[in-house]
This record gives sequence, structure tokens and C-alpha cells, in this order.
Amino acid sequence: MYNARYIIPGIILFVVIFTVPFWINICTPEYSRPELVLPAEKDCIEPVEYMRAEHMRILNEWRDAALRDGKRVYIATDGRQWDINLQNTCMSCHTDKVAFCDTCHDTNSVTPYCWDCHIEPQTAPAAGGAKQ
Amino acid sequence: MKRRQFLKAALATSTLALVSALPEKGQAVQPGRSGYGEPETALKAGRWAMVIDTNKMNDPRLQQQVIHACHSKHNVPDIQGTQEVKWIWTDSYEHTFPDVLDNYPAKTLTDRSFLLLCNHCENPPCVRVCPTQATFQREDGIVVMDYHRCIGCRFCMAGCPYGARSFNFSDPQPYVKEPNLQFPMRMRGVVEKCTFCSERLAKGELPYCVEASEGGILFGDLNDPGSSVRKALEASITIRRKPSLGTQPGVYYIL
Repeated sequence: MYNARYIIPGIILFVVIFTVPFWINICTPEYSRPELVLPAEKDCIEPVEYMRAEHMRILNEWRDAALRDGKRVYIATDGRQWDINLQNTCMSCHTDKVAFCDTCHDTNSVTPYCWDCHIEPQTAPAAGGAKQ
Repeated sequence: MKRRQFLKAALATSTLALVSALPEKGQAVQPGRSGYGEPETALKAGRWAMVIDTNKMNDPRLQQQVIHACHSKHNVPDIQGTQEVKWIWTDSYEHTFPDVLDNYPAKTLTDRSFLLLCNHCENPPCVRVCPTQATFQREDGIVVMDYHRCIGCRFCMAGCPYGARSFNFSDPQPYVKEPNLQFPMRMRGVVEKCTFCSERLAKGELPYCVEASEGGILFGDLNDPGSSVRKALEASITIRRKPSLGTQPGVYYIL
């Protein structure tokens, strides 16, 4: 083999660099689900596993149903009816955005834009009531 | 291996591979019978319309009461100057009806100030020009916006002949002193306007301006001959803004 002393270290170096994400992953602590401050009311609109995985899709569907089709009532799997309203339905139980929503979103590096417009519940009695 | 056997084996293995590669169903738990419905209390109409009695609504106190009712409940920011945001506002006779070309209009008319808002046109130019369909017309004639979709191009502001749309040049939240926590705000870079209180109609309530007007503003179904608006149109002389443009506004003014 010609130039083996360059080629073989080169190949080894390439393999190491190429697999670096795996090495980093092995060395860092395993992902653990963040501890959430759960609301007192345990009975969400749908089962917990479904909400955990699909709440973003539900919210997108809610938005289109309520705004576009005028269908402002969500009939859950168990037949209960809910007002389609992030601010007044979801967040009447999930009152603490920082402890509930943000904890998971921050851990997973997602930044939903819900609260650019929708007002989060005022957990602490804010002076003047204005959120800024 | 014979050719025939080989082909059989190949077919069998590829079928097996395809079946196993199919997307696994039900990774997330699927609720079975969820659905959507309309609230039972919702007010419905073929075509919502508004009639403003300019005799009654000429009172500055009443006008401010109406404007405050709307703006405070809808978290409309209070910004002065060229970046003003407004859903309902007032203007003079010649600005309101620029195509009424009487040479000697009555002074009682020209001295009045008029309440202006989105006209919820039957042929809305804003809907035609919106590139993202953020602005759209509902079946009951109300022209509403999906703020999630607005990209802030402001074509609709150029398209609207009534100046009914406002742009959020900056984050509106600091300009809302006491936000209504039941209603969302808007963000920087979106256009906003009057919604004919579609969120209140869904709850069976009349628009805020109608409630605050002490009877000076009527609201009802234009398609229903027995409705309050149709009776008012029957009983008095009304005009609409810039009718020659063919937009067919849904807001009528009793002179």
C-alpha cells in the first residue's frame, strides 16, 4: 500500500470525527423528563399520554376549528365538551406557565409563540395588572 | 437455485421488508371519538350588519364610551400619532362620506362626527389581496383575521378603502394598561381590526359597541326581514360609506 502511514491514520481520524456525536452522547448524562408542577385538577381533556405527545397538534386544530369554522366547542373522546380557548380553558388549570409549559419547552429547546399574543394567567398579583 | 425459485424467494423477502417498513400506527395514543361542535348559545345570521344612528351617536361622551368598551375589552393598544391602532374611531363628515357631492349639505350633517369601524364588506378587498388568507370572510359575512397567519405585508391596509386596519409597528403589550385577561393581544408585525365581536356572538352576546351605545347602534341579520337592522333600514334614510366602490359595506348610517 502506498502512503499507508498517512492513509490509515487519516481513516481513523475520519471515523472518530464522524462518530463524535455518539461519543458526546455517551459521555453526557441521560435525558431525564423534567419535574413538572402539575395542576391540582388531574383530569385533563384527554388522557395524559395523548396530551403529552399531541397537545401541540390539538392546539393547531383548535385554532383552525374555532377561527375558521366557528366550531368553538371541543368534544373530547369521553364525550365531555370544552370551550376551545387556550387562555381561558387550558390555562385555567395550567395556571403557572413558567412551572408547567416552560419547563418542558426549555428542556427540549422549543420556543412556541403562543404567549406572544395569548396572555398567561397572572400567578403573582402584578402591580397594575399589566404584564410587560 | 433455479431461476423460478430465486424469483419466488426475492418476491417473498421484498414483501416482508415492505410490510415491516410500514409506519407503525398508534405511536401516540389516538382518541377515538373526539370532534368539534358549535356552541349552542351562538347567535347566527345569514349576513350580520350594523346600523348606526348618527343622531344619537353624535354625542362625544357616548362615542368615547363605545370606543372605550371595544378597545379595553379587545386589548387594543393606546398609541398616539402615526402608529395608532384603532378598531373603532370617529371622523368628520367629509372624511366619512367623501363621495357624497352635495354642493350645499345641511350644516346639522356636516357638523356631526361619525363612528367608524370595519365595514365587513360583502366584497372585501382586503380578503382578495391577502397573500396568506389570514384575512377571510366567514359564511355569515363577517370579515375576520387569523393573526397566527398574518405576515404583516400590509396589502390589506392598502386594499381597504375605509382605513379600518391598523399595523402593530412595535410590541403592543406595553401600550395596554389594563389588559383583559380573557382575550388575547396581538404581536409586533401583524395587522388588526374590528371582528364584529365574533367571539361574543359565539357566546350569544351582542358586540361591545352595541351594548355600550345605549340604543344608538343596531346589530342584526340583514337577510332576515324581521330583524332590527332591516326594520331600521325600512324606517329611515341610510347611507353607506363609498358605495360606488362596490364593496357592499355592512355598516349603515341613519342620517
